[in-house]
Amino acid sequence: MNKGLSVRTIVAIGIGAAVFVVLGRFASIPLWIPNTNIEVTYPFLALMSVIFGPVAGGLIGLIGHALKDLLMYGSIWWSYVIVSGLVGVGFGLSAKKINIESGIFGKKEILIFNGYQIVTHAIGWCLIAPILDILIYAEPANKTFFQGISIAILNSIAVGVLGTLFLYAYSKTRSKKGSLHMEE
Amino acid sequence: MAALLGYIERSSPIHQLSGLTKLICFLLWSFAAMLTYDTRVLVFLLFFSIIVFRISKIKWQEVSFVIILILIFLLINNIAIYLFSPQEGVKIYGTNHVLLELAGRYDLTLEQLFYQMNITLKYLAIIPVALLFLVTTDPSELAASLNKIGISYRLSYSITLALRYIPDIQREFHLISKAQQARGVDLSKNEKLWRRLKNAAAIILPLVMSSLDKIETISNAMELRGFGKHKRRTWYSFRPLKKKDYIALLIMIAIFSAAMAITFYDGSRFYNPFL
Repeated sequence: MNKGLSVRTIVAIGIGAAVFVVLGRFASIPLWIPNTNIEVTYPFLALMSVIFGPVAGGLIGLIGHALKDLLMYGSIWWSYVIVSGLVGVGFGLSAKKINIESGIFGKKEILIFNGYQIVTHAIGWCLIAPILDILIYAEPANKTFFQGISIAILNSIAVGVLGTLFLYAYSKTRSKKGSLHMEE
Repeated sequence: MAALLGYIERSSPIHQLSGLTKLICFLLWSFAAMLTYDTRVLVFLLFFSIIVFRISKIKWQEVSFVIILILIFLLINNIAIYLFSPQEGVKIYGTNHVLLELAGRYDLTLEQLFYQMNITLKYLAIIPVALLFLVTTDPSELAASLNKIGISYRLSYSITLALRYIPDIQREFHLISKAQQARGVDLSKNEKLWRRLKNAAAIILPLVMSSLDKIETISNAMELRGFGKHKRRTWYSFRPLKKKDYIALLIMIAIFSAAMAITFYDGSRFYNPFL
């Protein structure tokens, strides 16, 4: 499966996972509800997935979240780790429609990106995360679904605002195709 | 600055085991604790892991900040479970012993207490072993071990890179954050949520951009040194398995099989003392 991983992708996964850990540990914005944060890791994950594609995105989510759990809590919440990986893949799928390296990130791209991210969050947190929680930990169904839905909403907002902003800022650093003009 | 966990150098029987042994033990242990819901198995796993923890000579103070974090998490999780589903235990164990009559469906039952105790045990049983795996395994040996259990060396190398760069990125994050705070960017609770979101971006964006530059530099350096040219690679830090590694692996496999046998012999993951 990893035959095709280029050196650049390998490094992107490593550094991406490291940034994921640091942001998850230090940069989450706590809300008034206990144990609930606006995670800034997912907007970052979205940016990485769109730049480097679904494979890198998935692995950054998986490795980054597993390391974050391990380094912060000394144990791994496998259900959420797996979902982080899937969410990274989901974000990455939008990379096929958005050519961020061409420096174009306008209204159309913003709509496509947000469409993908909202659907991804919905499937990941409202469906897969609760099912894994129930299967692995036998937690009550209504609690896990409530948690999942609130995480999905919060993350969709975070990615919608910050992720879009990151992508826009990144696209500005790329030179647009045909931006050179012959001197008159 | 609250730290993250890291490798703690020491001389103990656990440190002397090969990283490969510790990785396999950690994974089997996680699977066992994830699959089982049998109280007897969970209690055994917890006690055994505490004994192993003692052998490792890791001090309580070195990891206590992490354990306190987990205990807070578990407490909140338990309260949430009770709020959302106070009769979950009754549903699972099929009997109903009311201890205390409370309003509506919030009657406190023995089954619910037992069920929540099991959930807590399940989370707790993984902690000592995961902690040990993390603090007694040299990061560079971890990559070698991952490669040995069949993960491609490219991916193993990604994980080493991540562990190698976490301290650097952490330092950079704090630098940027201090610099931005000096310029008046406030991240504390005094700001409105929307403003804080924007301020967070003012710190994260520079970090992300510099990390993207780092990716280019590192991947060029690796490419120049011919990384990824061959199908296999050797690992400088790999320690071959010795006698004690085989003994540890045998013990672990025995524990895993016994745990699975006890858990599933009656066809249910749950141990039911109420029947």
